[in-house]
Amino acid sequence: MAEIKVDVCWETCPVPLVETRKALRKAEAGDIVEVKGTHPASKKEIPMAVKALGLELVEVEEKDGVWMLRIRK
Amino acid sequence: MNEKATIVVHSGDMDKLYSALIIANGALSMGMEASLYFTFWGLERLVKGKLEKGALSAMNMLGLGKWMVKRRMKATNVASLEKLLMDLKELGGKIIACEMTMEIMGIKREDLREDLIDEYGAVGAYIQEAKGSSITLFI
Repeated sequence: MAEIKVDVCWETCPVPLVETRKALRKAEAGDIVEVKGTHPASKKEIPMAVKALGLELVEVEEKDGVWMLRIRK
Repeated sequence: MNEKATIVVHSGDMDKLYSALIIANGALSMGMEASLYFTFWGLERLVKGKLEKGALSAMNMLGLGKWMVKRRMKATNVASLEKLLMDLKELGGKIIACEMTMEIMGIKREDLREDLIDEYGAVGAYIQEAKGSSITLFI
């Protein structure tokens, strides 16, 4: 199972959400997509998309304004 | 079948095109389908070289307002319309070009960004898309 990293630091709406979706589409079932970003609204809306897509949010972390979300496909 | 968002892109104003493309990309990212029906001034933006040529819908001030907004967009790292269109296509978004607009404005297929357009249609094509959509917008 692969780990795919998506860095969307300093990107704004809708780029973090769209780049997450693009990575998830390319991922295989079981892969982990790790998204790192700074846009506050994206930290809330990416988990909404994960839920809507029926996937699993494994981990959420935030430190010094940089958040990290780990999603299992 | 997935849920769908169908948007009529009627305006060619830069800010409204942003709204349409951001909503469509958002829908695709949340697992929905998205169809964009480009008509009138919206379709003009799909003519080769005209994507970024739209004015602001308010406070354009002969282009000065647009220049200021574009500068702010650059400073705040907002994606270009071109990137949003590329993302839309990569995520499976569908683009329909209005044939009546093409006739009125004398636009030929080869004048348009044919690589982006999935279908050329009329009102029936829009209704076909919209009747199965949970989100429909006219922008």
